[in-house]
Amino acid sequence: MIPNNFEYFIPDSIDEAIALLTEYGEDAKLMAGGQSLIPLMKLGLSFFGNIISIDRIPSLSYIREIKGGGVALGGLTTHSMIENSDLIKSKYPLLAEAVCAIADVQVRNRGTIGGNLCHAEPAADYPPVMVALDAKFKVIGPKGERTIKAGDFIADIFTTNLEYNEILTEIILPPVPAKTGGSYQKLSRRSGDFAIVSVASVITLDEKNNCENVNITLGAVGPTPIKAELAERMLLGKNLNEITLEAVSEKASEIAEPTSDIHASEEYRKDMIKIFTKRCLEEAVKRARGDGIT
Amino acid sequence: MKHKIKVKVNGTVYETEVEPRLLLVHFIRDVLGLKGTHIGCLGSKCGACTVIYNGLSVKSCTMFAVQADGGEILTIEGLARNGQFHPLQEAFRENHALQCGYCTPGMIMSSYALLKRNSKPTEEEIRKGISGNLCRCTGYMNIVKAIQNAVERLNT
Repeated sequence: MIPNNFEYFIPDSIDEAIALLTEYGEDAKLMAGGQSLIPLMKLGLSFFGNIISIDRIPSLSYIREIKGGGVALGGLTTHSMIENSDLIKSKYPLLAEAVCAIADVQVRNRGTIGGNLCHAEPAADYPPVMVALDAKFKVIGPKGERTIKAGDFIADIFTTNLEYNEILTEIILPPVPAKTGGSYQKLSRRSGDFAIVSVASVITLDEKNNCENVNITLGAVGPTPIKAELAERMLLGKNLNEITLEAVSEKASEIAEPTSDIHASEEYRKDMIKIFTKRCLEEAVKRARGDGIT
Repeated sequence: MKHKIKVKVNGTVYETEVEPRLLLVHFIRDVLGLKGTHIGCLGSKCGACTVIYNGLSVKSCTMFAVQADGGEILTIEGLARNGQFHPLQEAFRENHALQCGYCTPGMIMSSYALLKRNSKPTEEEIRKGISGNLCRCTGYMNIVKAIQNAVERLNT
């Protein structure tokens, strides 16, 4: 349980961190809060000759409103900061639900949203929420800045579409239209566990309570978050009296690709996706009918 | 390459050189000799190694000592004042909130952090606040009772 030896770098700026990543290439790893990386290093599952610790770059830790209604989160914003943010609670309750479901207080005090997303754990809580919210990620590399859509960020298990010398610096949550509601529902055996299944949804209604926009994203049932597009299409444009959420949830579970492991079988996960999609949509619709918050 | 670090632990400033891979918990126990902070799973699961770092509870097995440079740490040894137990320690003792005592330092540090940010937690908030700390003997009933008792002691 002792990590391998490594050189430790504490860059003061993003540019310095990018230069170090470029210099050391495959033998370098960026570390934010270290709450996923350090356990892997201790188990010998992850070993790098150079650890570049960015947790002292002060300008990357913030939650701020963007002109026009969205919210921007710095990559080094800790889970605890998000959990305690009234702005997040009031505008994006599904994100507030997800952050409270991550591990425990101690881990949330150190762990960061950027680190969590870049770790790309298939059963993590943020990824489906980010896809459901249609978030965008600002990344900076040697060639400058680019933006990646949340749905295109995770490539595979523990793998993102970041270049080896790019850094996720900001998470941009879009503005919330009126009559919009969202929810995150997670099944786990014990408090703080990773999800057995999880579902994030965001729904926008028009004045007549027709579904104007909907996003249903499944977590922990595939290598990356899965958008249940066929289920979304069943809801889109429909009045909520015309269609049962039961049928939509059934459709959502068809696209899930869960695997069996010691926590749950494939079949059980499929069943649970159906139940948790229904709960998630019910809650999102309830909120959409309320004050227009996701 | 070793790194020079300066940390304040329980009010005392220590300056020393550490290998970057040295875990904070090993620094506290083996370098500083403060054995009150326990090593449980060493895998970020059990919370036995919980200490307060810059005012927040952290698992000292999931942090490198070098990361704590310039920071302030409070361990179980730093809770008592002038030979008097902290009200949480008194409450744990009087409410039989421990049997083997292995989880106790971490459990108390998590409780300490909880009461710092919420001076009158509900039972649910207490249970959530200590959900990162595992106890294999008491079944948590008396631990929750002790924290409730400490709340009374601190608020009177």
